[in-house]
Amino acid sequence: MTTPSLTVLMMDAPYEQSRTTTAFRLLDAALRNGFAVHVFAYEGAVSLPSPRQRPHANALHGRTVEEEAHPTPHAWVSALMRLAEELKLPFEWVNCGLCVDERGADEAVAGVRRGSPADFWKMAGESTNTLVIATR
Amino acid sequence: MRVLQIIEPAHRATIEEQDDTVLWFTRAIRGAGAAADVLLAGTAVCYAVRGQSCPALRVGDWEQKHPPAIEHELGRLIESGARVSALVEDLDERGIDRRALIKGLVITTRKDLPGLLGRYDRVWKW
Repeated sequence: MTTPSLTVLMMDAPYEQSRTTTAFRLLDAALRNGFAVHVFAYEGAVSLPSPRQRPHANALHGRTVEEEAHPTPHAWVSALMRLAEELKLPFEWVNCGLCVDERGADEAVAGVRRGSPADFWKMAGESTNTLVIATR
Repeated sequence: MRVLQIIEPAHRATIEEQDDTVLWFTRAIRGAGAAADVLLAGTAVCYAVRGQSCPALRVGDWEQKHPPAIEHELGRLIESGARVSALVEDLDERGIDRRALIKGLVITTRKDLPGLLGRYDRVWKW
């Protein structure tokens, strides 16, 4: 039996919407349920794998940088890559190249590659299903 | 200068930020001396429901240590002397019973809004 696969297009920049964490929950669940996963990051979502995101302390929460353990989406991208490797499932993350250029978001965690809408078209064509999580 | 912060969208990036950024901002400016109060409207009235919890996010082997605790954040604001109110029409629209609300919350109506807004030097709608 062939591995079922899911393509997910994301658009929201980090730290803006609840859609981002919902999308990551879905990606995690898809892998844990045996799906190969292909992600195409469009517009602001190209900043999700940026290693420039840094955790910070939070005086109002009364916590140091270590205690606060502030979430950084780039860590989630890497965690998904490790999970896919552990489960022996294909996982790819493609950042829209022109969106990267516009935003100067050139840096990304290991495993992320640059692409174009043509990559999304190919992923969608080869996947069991495709989910577009658009900005509102 | 008295400021009213009207918060309408709820749960926007609260998991990534581990709080609501407007409530956080309000506490921060109050710490800097601002006489800032809060009016919860629209979906944000849900913040005032007692006993909410948010499970920690888990992605692969990454696990969140501190999911947002909005009820606690609102409680801290009220304890600090801020007036935190919610629109009754928006509570009713969502079927939220008054008995389910946090202590110290002030219920207000749309009809009372002009009078409420008139008590502030600045009104900032988020």
